[in-house]
Amino acid sequence: MSKEMTIHLKYWKQNGPNDTGHFEEYTLDNVNEHMSFLEMLDVLNEELMLEDKEPVEFDYDCREGICGSCNLVINGQAHGPKQRVAVCQLHMRNYNDGDHVTIEPPRAAAFPVIKDLVVDRSSFDRIIEAGGYVSVKTGSAVEANAIPIEKEKSDAAFDYATCIGCGACVAACPNASASLFTGAKIAHLNKLPQGEVERSNRVVAMVEQMEEEGFGDCSNFAECEAVCPVGISISAIAEMRKDYMKAVVSGE
Amino acid sequence: MPSLIKALNSQVGRKFMTGITGIGLMLFLIGHLAGNLTIFGESQAFNVYTHTLESLGPLLYVIEAGLVFFFLYHAILGISIWRQKKKARPEGYDTYQTKGGPSHQSLASRSMIISGTVLLVFLVFHIMHFKYGLFSPDEGTVILESAGGVEARDLRALVIAEFQNPLIAFGYIAVMALAILHLAHGAWSAFTSLGMKHGETSKKVQLGAYIFAIVLMLGFIFIPLYIFLTGGEGSLIAY
Ligand code: HEM
Ligand code: SF4
Ligand code: FES
Repeated sequence: MSKEMTIHLKYWKQNGPNDTGHFEEYTLDNVNEHMSFLEMLDVLNEELMLEDKEPVEFDYDCREGICGSCNLVINGQAHGPKQRVAVCQLHMRNYNDGDHVTIEPPRAAAFPVIKDLVVDRSSFDRIIEAGGYVSVKTGSAVEANAIPIEKEKSDAAFDYATCIGCGACVAACPNASASLFTGAKIAHLNKLPQGEVERSNRVVAMVEQMEEEGFGDCSNFAECEAVCPVGISISAIAEMRKDYMKAVVSGE
Repeated sequence: MPSLIKALNSQVGRKFMTGITGIGLMLFLIGHLAGNLTIFGESQAFNVYTHTLESLGPLLYVIEAGLVFFFLYHAILGISIWRQKKKARPEGYDTYQTKGGPSHQSLASRSMIISGTVLLVFLVFHIMHFKYGLFSPDEGTVILESAGGVEARDLRALVIAEFQNPLIAFGYIAVMALAILHLAHGAWSAFTSLGMKHGETSKKVQLGAYIFAIVLMLGFIFIPLYIFLTGGEGSLIAY
């Protein structure tokens, strides 16, 4: 027998970027502990529609923790209470009968609300466009082991490359800083031979774009690392700072 | 490439300079405490120390200008980081809580702007209080035999007299306690701003930061506390 629970929901409703928005409340009576959090929201929306009410919009795609579309802030924690979990992979067994659950969108000037819990994260795309790519000719793909690179470096590059771009780091940061995302995107390319050539231009351009988008400064709260579904370390931010200062001092 | 000025004004540069100025100010505090502790030396040690500082002449002005620059630069950066945070999140959360784990969110890290602002206000008061003696009768002078018989301000008497006032003694102690909070996050954060990675070393630095903040500030707290509790006549104070 699986557990059925009553969950009291309070969620953000906002009709568009210019609407002020407000909270609405709804109590779900038959929440199965095996449901994912997003499946619970599906049930909520079915019930709302049956009552001729407007469903609540939320973002998702893969529902398996790899695409980075989902990014709800639940009871004040990005992606909910568990570490290293995207909210699509969060299950209702982490909740108890009678729990009160508040759901908000990530709140940041650089992530304007499109509708309800869905925000516009194109600021992240523009940071990538500023330098998150390799444009030098690297030829056609060679046999992987032909490129000499230390294992430690390639492991680190891979770890940084696992960032799924969900924006939970921004959501949870008390300053709404995008330093973890930007740092991860810079480091994973700067550490590899193909990316190293453009490292100075890359770090400067991406840091400038990050600031232009209106994100906050990083005060080293490290909250981003705690909420990141793939556990990107704030070492990414340290690498970004070192690379940036190196680029400026060497003037390349 | 951006110019150095533009770079130091970027989000990375601002934080880099917060770290540099923060470390500079911490080094100053170590020196300041070492000087202050001469009050427990032989009867003229403190006055010899302050007199030596005052007779540095132009060099003292250079040092003072440097300190003022560091303080103001640090404070302006701290305030601008705090203001940017308001702009970056105009609408706050209804509910907010940390996830713990690797997070460094704490009372200390969340109240940097408050502890910092109190330190700034305190600093102005402190300089008027002890450097210019504006809130107390003239401290008088002493003849310093160990320094060749010169006449100097009797700042030691001023300090000992002032800290018998409970309001002043405990006011100073309260500010120093708040400074523990500032440094408990700051002394770790500064190195992270300069590029220290998260890992084993970082954990040790955080532990070191707690110990440093507590030991340093207990050193500062000990002076007013001791003078107040002993009425300026404790055995550690030589006459
Ligand atoms: C005795 C004087 C002071 C010392 C030793 C000191 C030390 C430090 C250190 C080491 C840091 C960490 C720097 C970093 O994160 O890179 C810091 C941060 C900070 N300080 Fe100070 N500080 C002092 C005075 C002040 C004053 C007067 C203010 C005035 C507002 C202030 C405001 C701040 C703020 C807001 C931060 C956090 C910056 C951020 O959010 O990133 N501090 N301080
Ligand atoms: S660093 Fe982590 S939290 Fe931030 S966008 Fe990437 S995956 Fe999401
Ligand atoms: S929906 Fe794809 S990561 Fe959550």
